[in-house]
Amino acid sequence: MTGPVIKVRDLVVEYRSPTGPLRAVDGLDLTISAGEVYALLGENGAGKTSTVEVIEGHRPRHSGDVEVLGIDPAASGAVRRELRDQIGIVLQTSGVEPEITPREALNLFSSTYRAPRSVREVIELTDLRDFADQRIGTLSGGQRRRLDLAVAVIGRPKVLFLDEPTTGFDPSARRKAWDLISNLRVDGTTILLTTHYLDEAEYLADRVGVMSKGRMLVEGTPGDLQQAHGQSVMSVKISETGSMGQQDIEHGVALALHAIPHHVTWIGQRLEITTSDTTGVLERLASWAASAGLVLSDWSIERPSLEQVFLDLNTNDDRGDSGD
Amino acid sequence: MTESQAWPQAIRLLLLQTSHQLRLFLRVPVAVFFTVALPFVVLLIINATSSERVLSDTNGEWPIDAFVCVAISAFTAVSATFTNLANMVPIRREEGVLQRWRSTPLPVWVLVGGHVLSAVVIAVLSTVFMLGVGVALYGVRIALTAVPALVLTMLVATVSFAAMGMAVAAVVPTASAASGIANAIILPMALISNVFIPMEDPPSVIDAVANLLPLRPFVDALQAPLHPMNPAAAPRWGSLGVVALWGLVSFVIAVRQFRWNAAPGGSTRRRRSRPQ
Repeated sequence: MTGPVIKVRDLVVEYRSPTGPLRAVDGLDLTISAGEVYALLGENGAGKTSTVEVIEGHRPRHSGDVEVLGIDPAASGAVRRELRDQIGIVLQTSGVEPEITPREALNLFSSTYRAPRSVREVIELTDLRDFADQRIGTLSGGQRRRLDLAVAVIGRPKVLFLDEPTTGFDPSARRKAWDLISNLRVDGTTILLTTHYLDEAEYLADRVGVMSKGRMLVEGTPGDLQQAHGQSVMSVKISETGSMGQQDIEHGVALALHAIPHHVTWIGQRLEITTSDTTGVLERLASWAASAGLVLSDWSIERPSLEQVFLDLNTNDDRGDSGD
Repeated sequence: MTESQAWPQAIRLLLLQTSHQLRLFLRVPVAVFFTVALPFVVLLIINATSSERVLSDTNGEWPIDAFVCVAISAFTAVSATFTNLANMVPIRREEGVLQRWRSTPLPVWVLVGGHVLSAVVIAVLSTVFMLGVGVALYGVRIALTAVPALVLTMLVATVSFAAMGMAVAAVVPTASAASGIANAIILPMALISNVFIPMEDPPSVIDAVANLLPLRPFVDALQAPLHPMNPAAAPRWGSLGVVALWGLVSFVIAVRQFRWNAAPGGSTRRRRSRPQ
């Protein structure tokens, strides 16, 4: 199956508040293709959860068009049931009765779907074996989150919604959860996840969207975002400088990199250039060095972390807002 | 493909939900205690401490211990339905259980039906137990001719009180408020409904109020077919009508006011994080 699985056009979500309606989502567009893993990022209050809840059919929208697998999630009755059969949801605040065991819970939930996975398969998949027959009330927070995930995938969903799936996990549990999510992706499951962890988005997502104040700030692959919005740090060792001092070299570099935004610092014999256009800097610097008779060696380029991109984006957005 | 597969049968889903709720009930010791054990102990105490009196009602005379036994049986059925649901459903809402089910293809009526049906089963079983105690110890007699009226009375009353429980569950803000509100409703009502202490010559205002509330009519309707001298073969339609009306109004309130998730900030449980 190809083509969009989730389509959102001009979504607006408003809440009532004592000071009048509060716009949590303000004209959002979003398209997610089959088999894609999409991570929605944003600070608290950016509108991620509201957006996802509308797409899941758990929250009414003020206006806009939303389709999941060709179905409006606000539908009711048989249409709604059809959609529910094909999606899986992990919510931040949902739970299972503490008096039963994970195996009992999975048996019960699997009864409601048309073509569920087997309980045994899901217990293996989500690594619940060791506590499948313990009361849920005795499980740790991380173990319960794994059960949430298990309940969400028992129906063999085509689309999986994960609202902060690894919040509260220890590092090894997070790794395991990531592996599980990656396995589901191999099965062709489309996944929409929200997360606070940038490394999670970097590791799991094909595409990332950063939301701020109810709007989509920027969208792209993690690599795109790093390239377009982050500054890489290039570092190179300059030897055989002959009669040229550091100031001469800086002057030469400034001329060579004319019109390319960059910033230069020295660390011992190494020149560090911070820029978003690494290719341009590389080309011009190499030809300038050749003509000036300098030897450049030991190149390194460090790309920014998604976290840096995210922080930069949000800082810029705040700055842009301070005028109104 | 999933599309070509049939949906699971509704009746099977309903039975699974019902047995799930029954299993939960048995695993919550406090629910079992308040629903079954407490009324039983209260019955033993009241009848051990009351004098050997005889009561008269419209159909003739009752030994007081048989009268109280049937009244407390009715109260047990109310505990199993009204009190039980009014307490447990808000707890499940705050645990996120209702929200969890809302994410599945399970039809809402099956989810609610499982809650109601399990409550009815618990009510019927505990009432049968209490009446059995009455037969064994207090001279309660169950005439064969009265069985149809008895069954109909139990059915109408348990379903109606379950609806009342769901209505309270729908409107209360939090789970901790729910148990207080449910008790604040049921205990004063029991006191004026001949449950624990049969009232002889009550003030007419209290009598009139008790007859408009649902518990006293249920007690009357359950007592009529179990009357030791003169068991009624026909159900007490008037009393059952009052109970059913309360059930119907409650049903409408429950449907209109039902909430899947805890009110923001109104939860008695600490959430992992606040929703945005």
